[in-house]
Amino acid sequence: MKRSKMMEFGVGLFMLAGILGLVFLGLRVSGLGSGISGDTFTLYADFANIGGLKPRSKVTLAGVQVGQVADVELDREWFEARVTLKLDADLEGQLPRDTTAAILTSGLLGEQYLGLSVGGDPDTLVDGDTIRDTQQALVLEELIQQFVSNMVRE
Amino acid sequence: MSLVQRIAALGRGTLELLGSLGRAGVFLLQSSLGIPSREGWYLWLRQMHFVGVMSLAIVLVSGVFIGMVLSLQGYTILVDFGAEEALGQMVALSLLRELAPVVAALLFAGRAGSALTAEIGLMKATEQLSSMEMIGVDPLRRIIAPRLWAGFVSLPLLTVGFSVVGIWGGYLVGVEWLGVFEGAYWSGMQGSVGFFDDVGNGLVKSLVFALVVTWIAVFQGYDLVPTSEGISRATTRTVVYSSLAVLGLDFVLTTLMFGELG
Repeated sequence: MKRSKMMEFGVGLFMLAGILGLVFLGLRVSGLGSGISGDTFTLYADFANIGGLKPRSKVTLAGVQVGQVADVELDREWFEARVTLKLDADLEGQLPRDTTAAILTSGLLGEQYLGLSVGGDPDTLVDGDTIRDTQQALVLEELIQQFVSNMVRE
Repeated sequence: MSLVQRIAALGRGTLELLGSLGRAGVFLLQSSLGIPSREGWYLWLRQMHFVGVMSLAIVLVSGVFIGMVLSLQGYTILVDFGAEEALGQMVALSLLRELAPVVAALLFAGRAGSALTAEIGLMKATEQLSSMEMIGVDPLRRIIAPRLWAGFVSLPLLTVGFSVVGIWGGYLVGVEWLGVFEGAYWSGMQGSVGFFDDVGNGLVKSLVFALVVTWIAVFQGYDLVPTSEGISRATTRTVVYSSLAVLGLDFVLTTLMFGELG
């Protein structure tokens, strides 16, 4: 049997390429490395309707991603959606207490994300606080309904 | 009388089917177990070269073209809804979940599976396998085991390669040619592809397909009627059975993996 070095090299290269491909799929395609890594702190926000917001959705401040949605659950007392946000630890104690959270859509039909906009309160939000001022998701059907009922009234 | 004969034929067919299923199971166990020696390592390496490295070209070229077509078709549909930003997501998910495991397995059955069947079948027809037994070499360990293990390892690697070049092909058509915003292509992908849900499940699929396709190919070669007609029939059966098994199992696996995602 021939124990060719070229063949061994070829097989080794093949396996290496496969593993590198898997790394590419992990980092570039499924975005394991991106998003928020390292230290985070937790905030909560209650919404009347979250639309299509899911865990792993982006949280942005002035358009820059600063964290992601960690969890969405139903508050059984008030029947509202309680969203858990994980934000970059650098922002802890930086956001004013009257920061507002709104569920926005990228593009007309794109994915939904959570946009924060800061207020002017001197007190700041720390780990475990809840954002009071929230704006629910835009539901297209409700808008159309309002529009149609306005048309009928005229 | 003819009714009795028909029922008898049905019974004979069933017994033959069960017998060959049983033989195939015992065959898989006997040949895939057992500690590989240093010699076995080299045998495996040689088969890896033949089964894996030599299939790389056809798998990668098909991957690029499938990614490109997917991107082109997806773009023409999505642009009607103004949702061409979702192109990366569509290309990546359809490749990772379905197309890469299935198409790579089908190509693998045609390129490597049929060759394995023909090779082993010719060894049987020219009585090389029985000569090996005569001189005290177990053909299952010497001939079959390295081929089985080479198949198990190389198809998942080929599937990963298929996905990677497919996503690149989709990028080429979608972003470079049709002008989808590059950031949207990658971020839409990263937002919707889960590593364990999509990449992981695709790999599990390709592992199952690797097992099934290699098993069918090697067993058909080992179990054939040792004539030239037998070899040609067994080669055909390898391709037909493995393609059907891959497509059927794909539906079952998809139901198990993604069925509850609404």
